[in-house]
Amino acid sequence: MSETTFAFSPANQERARHVMAKYPAGRQKSAVIALLDLAQRQNGGWLSQAAVDHVATVLGMAPIRVYEVASFYTMFNLKPVGRHLVQVCTTTPCWLRGSDQVLGACRKKLGVDVGGTTADGAFTLVEVECLGACVNAPVVQVGDDYYEDLDVASTERLLDDLAHDRASAPGPRVGRKTSAPVHGRATLLDGKNR
Amino acid sequence: MVKLTIDGEVYDVPAGLTVLQASEIAGKEIPRFCYHERLAIAGNCRMCLVEVEKSPKPVASCAWPIAEGMVVKTQSEMTKRARHGVMEFLLINHPLDCPICDQGGECDLQDQAMAYGMGASRFEELKRAVPEKDFGPLVKTFMTRCIHCTRCVRFLDDVAGVEELGAVNRGEKTEIATYVERSLSSELSGNIVDLCPVGALTSKPYAFAARPWELTKTESVDVLDAVGAAIRVDARGPQVLRVLPRLNEDVNEEWISDKTRFACDGLLRQRLDVPMVRDDGRLRPASWVEAFGRIADRLKGAPGERIAALAGDLVDAESTYLLRRLLDALGSPHRDCRQDGAALDPSCRAGYVFNTTIAGIEAADACLLIGTDPRREAPVLNARLRKRWLAGRFPVVAVGDVGTPTLAVETLGAGPRTLQDLLDGKLPFARVLKDAKAPMMILGMGALARPDGAHVLHAARTLAEAAGMVREGWNGFNVLHTAAGRVGALDAGFVPDAGGRDTMGILQGAGDGSIAVVILHGADEIDTRRLGSAFVVYIGHHGDRGAHRADVILPGAAYTEKDAIYVNTEGRAQIGRRAAFPPGEARADWAIVRALSEALGHTLPFDDLAAVRRGLAGLGGAFAAIGTVVPAAWGAFGRAGAMAEASFVSPIAEFYMTDPISRASPTMAQCIAARAGSAKATGTHG
Repeated sequence: MSETTFAFSPANQERARHVMAKYPAGRQKSAVIALLDLAQRQNGGWLSQAAVDHVATVLGMAPIRVYEVASFYTMFNLKPVGRHLVQVCTTTPCWLRGSDQVLGACRKKLGVDVGGTTADGAFTLVEVECLGACVNAPVVQVGDDYYEDLDVASTERLLDDLAHDRASAPGPRVGRKTSAPVHGRATLLDGKNR
Repeated sequence: MVKLTIDGEVYDVPAGLTVLQASEIAGKEIPRFCYHERLAIAGNCRMCLVEVEKSPKPVASCAWPIAEGMVVKTQSEMTKRARHGVMEFLLINHPLDCPICDQGGECDLQDQAMAYGMGASRFEELKRAVPEKDFGPLVKTFMTRCIHCTRCVRFLDDVAGVEELGAVNRGEKTEIATYVERSLSSELSGNIVDLCPVGALTSKPYAFAARPWELTKTESVDVLDAVGAAIRVDARGPQVLRVLPRLNEDVNEEWISDKTRFACDGLLRQRLDVPMVRDDGRLRPASWVEAFGRIADRLKGAPGERIAALAGDLVDAESTYLLRRLLDALGSPHRDCRQDGAALDPSCRAGYVFNTTIAGIEAADACLLIGTDPRREAPVLNARLRKRWLAGRFPVVAVGDVGTPTLAVETLGAGPRTLQDLLDGKLPFARVLKDAKAPMMILGMGALARPDGAHVLHAARTLAEAAGMVREGWNGFNVLHTAAGRVGALDAGFVPDAGGRDTMGILQGAGDGSIAVVILHGADEIDTRRLGSAFVVYIGHHGDRGAHRADVILPGAAYTEKDAIYVNTEGRAQIGRRAAFPPGEARADWAIVRALSEALGHTLPFDDLAAVRRGLAGLGGAFAAIGTVVPAAWGAFGRAGAMAEASFVSPIAEFYMTDPISRASPTMAQCIAARAGSAKATGTHG
């Protein structure tokens, strides 16, 4: 997580080689996004200048070309983030289903505004555009996991679990399986609730 | 050929063009910001939208290939509305600060907003603001004005070959930036000021100095390297405020180096503006008559063989020719224009010019660099090499130090031993040269300005002949000079006569007293301590090394202050023109030599510049065909002999300061400081 030096761990070196091998000789640059992702994971969730430089060196690219990519995509963080990156979706479907309340609960619970990191470095709160899980709106992404069908209470519980490093299963919070109908109807032919 | 209709008229244009290019052939003006003839097509400004029949929406003509039977409408209602819309969007975030913008008066956005815009804005929200960037001492930024055409990014990537600028972030937050804030490292960085269609990138040294319509514009040629780039000198009164490139496809296309562009502030400093004579060890101002009198006294009775002259790097052909004639009249055979002792053989012209020509590089298919670092010695020529290299199938190898090249160069070895190996066919590249259809070599001063230079020259000639570089219609043997005056002086015969001494001989003679009088014609690159107790006359424009040693100073004119002929490294004679008057009592150099000849009682028969030029034209060659390259006949040159072991090292240690003008330039000093600083501060590459 250093800001001044960075090098891939042996395991990530191996992964990087694997990704680069997917592209024809001389086209390793195509692996830039995958390698930036590896670097970000190894570096505690963000890309330091050293990490960008390292990826550039590995791929034989000018650092500016890698920085262009890193700064273009919102999922690359160019500043340090907390251990849990709480990404609240506020695009229209989530907003209609109460994302304002979810975001408000996060603000209140964490005591930081959007873009802020808690003093203990545990949480960074950000607002994001559509996460593509509208059918389970409202949605919050923490790290790699989606937490869905949230309301104020379940959001607070989620944050509590994360704060205390308790396991909190990803997925819907209303007892349904994935995006199955909330009222239990399984097929169109099932007429019980008609 | 493809037949298409543009604005109701049918045109036959070559296949493979874009709609924009076809429209230009048809004489239609298409507004554009991001498109540039010499850069990769980006298609991101959208200003060149035109209506094409059967297309549901307007197309970006710069990136749209033509097709048979296409119907293009560059003046239709749809086109006009598209332009209005694009212009409105471009102006949304562009500040309305034309009155305080240095681009004002020569701004593409200003002009095109006038011609194609709507005249009023409907935008009532807040404009965005972008922080300034520090691109170093040459390029001033005002990034809020940027319209993200990415011309600067593409220029640095493709032409300059240093990937340092990029478009970071996205959408409304897009900015043009360096990754880590730092000076641009390219020797061609000033060209992005010209390329910028708005006022986002402007010239830092020229900031707020003048408006374009106040300036007198004079077309001239550059002398700060031996390429002879076409320039336009913009002056206000006696002061040269800026230097811009002019189009010359054969030489510089439309680029110039940063030294060419920005060293002009050196023309205002350290100038010699009054004749001076040395009394009791101190120089004091004197009149022309007194200065000439002092020289005449000293020369009285001095036999010709005790008089010598050295010509410097910036000398024009006319004055050098006259000085040669004066030495002839005085009976002196001692003269040389090769201050660095370069073993150029004046007897065969093909042996000291860039025979392939700069444009000819594009026809070459393999290149050998010997003792030259083209990036530092001739950045514009290096850009041409890179252009050829980018086109593919152009192996480039080097013998000797090549610095940090902007194209892939394989270094075969450090010195003469490698050259010998190539000659003996021991290296694989010897085979590549043999197989190439149009191989070329560039021989730099790093290989010639050394004691065994004549042997290196001989070895290079032998290699050129063995590798088939010289044949009917192709000459791949090239010498890359670093001094703008050198080829002209060689052509004008400013070399030792039979029995005469060369530079080293003259310095030695001055040291041991056998040479009593030395005339330094702008010669500043010699070790003046070796002049011993000789009486030194300095003709030149800057108080540099030569003037410090002089006993009499005759103030001359810098290249922007005289009409003069310079012959570039290709052997192309070009005319520089006066943009401002010389300061004080300084005079054009040819007139000084002419007046001196009269004072010495050997009046030369040239009463005006035209007469001098007639004399030069009488020498034939380049002087009889101004502006063109006359192919030089191949012959024998160089001297067979054993080469030393020492490596070839480029003579240009510091690109930004190579001559009296750039040494006097504060801007060039800042560049050196910035480069030293950024190398220390970041240590990043790329």
